[in-house]
Amino acid sequence: MANKHKAIALISGGLDSLLAVRVLQEQGIEVEGINFYTGFCVEGHTHAIRNNDRDKQKRNNALWAAEQLGIKLHIVDVIEEYKDVLLNPKHGYGANMNPCLDCKVFMVSKAVEWVKENHKNGFDFIITGEVIGQRPMSQRKQTMPIIAKESGADDILLRPLCAKNLPATKPELEGWVDREKLYDFSGRNRKPQMALAKEFGFTDYASPAGGCCFLTDKNYSDKLVDLWEGRGSREYEMDDIMLLKVGRHVRPKPEFKLIIARDAGESKFLEGYRKQFITIQVTSHNGPLTLIDGDIKADDLEMAAGIVARYGQGRDAEQVEVEIAIPGEEKQQRQIKPLSVEAVLKEWHV
Amino acid sequence: MSEHHLDARRLLCPMPVIKTQNKVSDLNVGDILHVACTDPGVLSDIPAWARINGHEVISQQENEDEIIITVRVGS
Repeated sequence: MANKHKAIALISGGLDSLLAVRVLQEQGIEVEGINFYTGFCVEGHTHAIRNNDRDKQKRNNALWAAEQLGIKLHIVDVIEEYKDVLLNPKHGYGANMNPCLDCKVFMVSKAVEWVKENHKNGFDFIITGEVIGQRPMSQRKQTMPIIAKESGADDILLRPLCAKNLPATKPELEGWVDREKLYDFSGRNRKPQMALAKEFGFTDYASPAGGCCFLTDKNYSDKLVDLWEGRGSREYEMDDIMLLKVGRHVRPKPEFKLIIARDAGESKFLEGYRKQFITIQVTSHNGPLTLIDGDIKADDLEMAAGIVARYGQGRDAEQVEVEIAIPGEEKQQRQIKPLSVEAVLKEWHV
Repeated sequence: MSEHHLDARRLLCPMPVIKTQNKVSDLNVGDILHVACTDPGVLSDIPAWARINGHEVISQQENEDEIIITVRVGS
């Protein structure tokens, strides 16, 4: 039977939000999805860049989930607003640079705004796929009320997968949703979700090990901190966070680093940055395109070119020819001796 | 019915989808939008977005360095 109340669901593309929506659809609730793009979402970026992954399906899991559920999906660019969440998290960071609790509060607060704007269309409440104990920072019994309160959602925030472990919310108290048909999942064990997925006929769902955010990844977080330290500032732009996902990052001096493509796909991607960065490329042999990020002195260009040459096919040659392109200047051709493996110090690798 | 163009080159998914979504919200039913992209991810993402939101992808042209996706705006 159709239910006149509507919900907006935070859709990450993972299994939990997929199930949370389907649980409500089973009760006749109309649901639409909302997905927030922070710039750090894993999605398909790396697949788009790297050759090795070309054969993998490049689907966006949030869109895929929405299609499986038969719901509309609103994707919202929150890159600029998200900077304050990342730079000034009230609740701090997790194991890496992941401000998970502040992130969840932020996203639910954005959903609250959406509900207010769309209340006239019948949207009354918000659902998420949160499960108590699922994530060490944001999904704990103590953090559930914090998210509801600080986001401004209060009692219109319903978590269908663990609702029975929490106080009843407005949709339950008002009878819009039958609490008895909600769930009491808890902990990191995924078996109950997998069983429910099977019951609903979902087989090909996404289950990223570290969640859907690059900030939970240690290597990525290390590169982000290195970027800030190298600049003496925690400001960042979209290009910065994209470039942290690409290439081998080598910082031989505090004031600059090299971003060295690891394959032809990454070289092609870095081509798009030629007008913004100094680039170095070996021209006598096959080799990776490299960007110089930071302030490099003219005296250091040769050393940088030697590092670049070490990663090309001419690494064992006595000399290779490199092209150094400084935006707005004539390109330079130089003969360079590639650095040896030992000469590219381990501590330079970010 | 009118035709429109959107430049989403060098943007990585889902930004081309977001730009398309935002542009389409300003268009009328039946309008045509040509989106120029470089991220191959759009070949699956824009059609998926169109299917779930009631729009129609009427052509996908892949050139050497560019992909043009043409969308007819639905209701």
